[in-house]
Amino acid sequence: MSTLPPLPAEADEGEPTPERPRGRAAARLLPPQRLTGPIPWVIAILIALVVIAAAGGLAMRNLSEAASSSLSSALSVQVIEPNPDLREARGAEAARILAGIEGVSSVRVKPEAELVAMLEPWLGEGASSGDVPIPALIDVELSRRAGPADVARIKAALADKVPGARVDAQGDFLAPVNDALVAVQWLVFGVAVMVALATAAAVWLAAKNAFAGARDTVEIMHLLGASERQITAVFLRDVLREAVLGAVLGAGLGVAAVWLLGQQFAALGSGMVSGGGLMLADWLVIGAVPLAGVLLAGLTARITIALALKDML
Amino acid sequence: MSENLAGHVKFDNVGLRYGTDPEVLSNLSFTLYPGSFYFLTGASGAGKTSLLKMLYLAQRPSRGAIRMFGQDLVTMPQSRLPELRRRLGVVFQNFRLVPYLTAFDNVALPLRLSGTEEKKVQRAVGDMLEWVGLAHRAHAVPPSLSGGEQQRVAIARAVIARPRMLIADEPTGNVDPDMALKLLRLFEALNNRVGTTVVVATHDVHLLKKVPDSLIMRLHKGQLSDPTGALRYPPRPGGSGGGGGGT
Repeated sequence: MSTLPPLPAEADEGEPTPERPRGRAAARLLPPQRLTGPIPWVIAILIALVVIAAAGGLAMRNLSEAASSSLSSALSVQVIEPNPDLREARGAEAARILAGIEGVSSVRVKPEAELVAMLEPWLGEGASSGDVPIPALIDVELSRRAGPADVARIKAALADKVPGARVDAQGDFLAPVNDALVAVQWLVFGVAVMVALATAAAVWLAAKNAFAGARDTVEIMHLLGASERQITAVFLRDVLREAVLGAVLGAGLGVAAVWLLGQQFAALGSGMVSGGGLMLADWLVIGAVPLAGVLLAGLTARITIALALKDML
Repeated sequence: MSENLAGHVKFDNVGLRYGTDPEVLSNLSFTLYPGSFYFLTGASGAGKTSLLKMLYLAQRPSRGAIRMFGQDLVTMPQSRLPELRRRLGVVFQNFRLVPYLTAFDNVALPLRLSGTEEKKVQRAVGDMLEWVGLAHRAHAVPPSLSGGEQQRVAIARAVIARPRMLIADEPTGNVDPDMALKLLRLFEALNNRVGTTVVVATHDVHLLKKVPDSLIMRLHKGQLSDPTGALRYPPRPGGSGGGGGGT
């Protein structure tokens, strides 16, 4: 112990420049800690909830848009006339007039058999017996969104020649349903935002706790000459590792749950529900959730470490 | 002025208080010269650790000026302190080893922090552990080492990067007299062979006699006194490579 060994600084080749340690260099400085805490699991659960909530919100938005776009350019014209022959003649006349109106792209008189089939669940045998007068129904498709002005214009065109004609924009029937869908969509997005905030808080606590647990080590490194970048790199690595694990697990769970729910709804075979399917852009948004979680974890950890180091000289 | 004349460290009317409490250190003015060996003595609570904290850049003074290696510490931005800390070797009173790093990795920390090539780190740390007689314990973690072994790991870590100044806070407080003497010889070797300025805080008066050329700074109730001329100017001739200077 008496002879001092040759040291690297003795063969002075100029002062080495400390680099921000990455990968193996950071691992050599301080080896990664074992994943023992609950944080990856907490992050996983929260990310799964955000994924499910985001998928729900996007599905609601798609559903609402699909319903509203398919109905927004459609009008229904009813010709109410108890005499079947007169009703048929007025229906044909109405169809002729409608076809000549500017902005009308298609006109279709619904066959009586179709109307009877449609009403049978409610009226039973009475629908086909002729005891209950069924109005003639004409589906009109406009080349643009049907607004109140279009309804008024078509009403005016039919008023003289087709008495008893009633014009309705189909979108009006579903407006309350659409409003409800939009409300649910905002509710789901609200839940997604709240869960995202809870995730941010969990990540912040994780980073803070991880740093508090390692405060002694940080102080030692600090006093040995570690720069803020070096300390941040080492602790960021551990926080990011936990966050990535949690995010991948959470995203997996969330996507699996969304897929299963999608299968359940698809099995209903309802035309309205099928409009709520997720598009590629929606899946990209959902895929961004775990990525945002990891970025948030990194940012939070970075801020936490910077604030803690500010307290030290 | 050259650093030899200006000194490694110059305290000018430095005072230190914690919060709103009265000053624990008052009116400290002294200069530490390159290659000198200083003992800092004083009873427990005299302020030795507080003074060392300012020396190893863990604490800024409440008033006064400190220059270290030609730089003004009071106005120096925090971001430039790591560079200065890498020129210091510190043996902390309670060793402050990273508990989950092996002895080898603890000793390697200063070199790795300064970006030394890993191949050189391996060789230098191996040699250093050999030097402090702990080569066979290289892969042991601190909790499995005895007090004396931890002490030697802490010393190896403090000197591995060949610091310009070594600061040791009660470095022999946890070891038996034989080991204390060995450690002191190690500091002397570093001081004589490498020219490292050594500052050792101790309340063990017997230790002072073991290094004949050393200079003594005595702290009493936060004030510094000068029994060996350590604080006189010009530096005392015939000292261990330098001498005291001061107020």
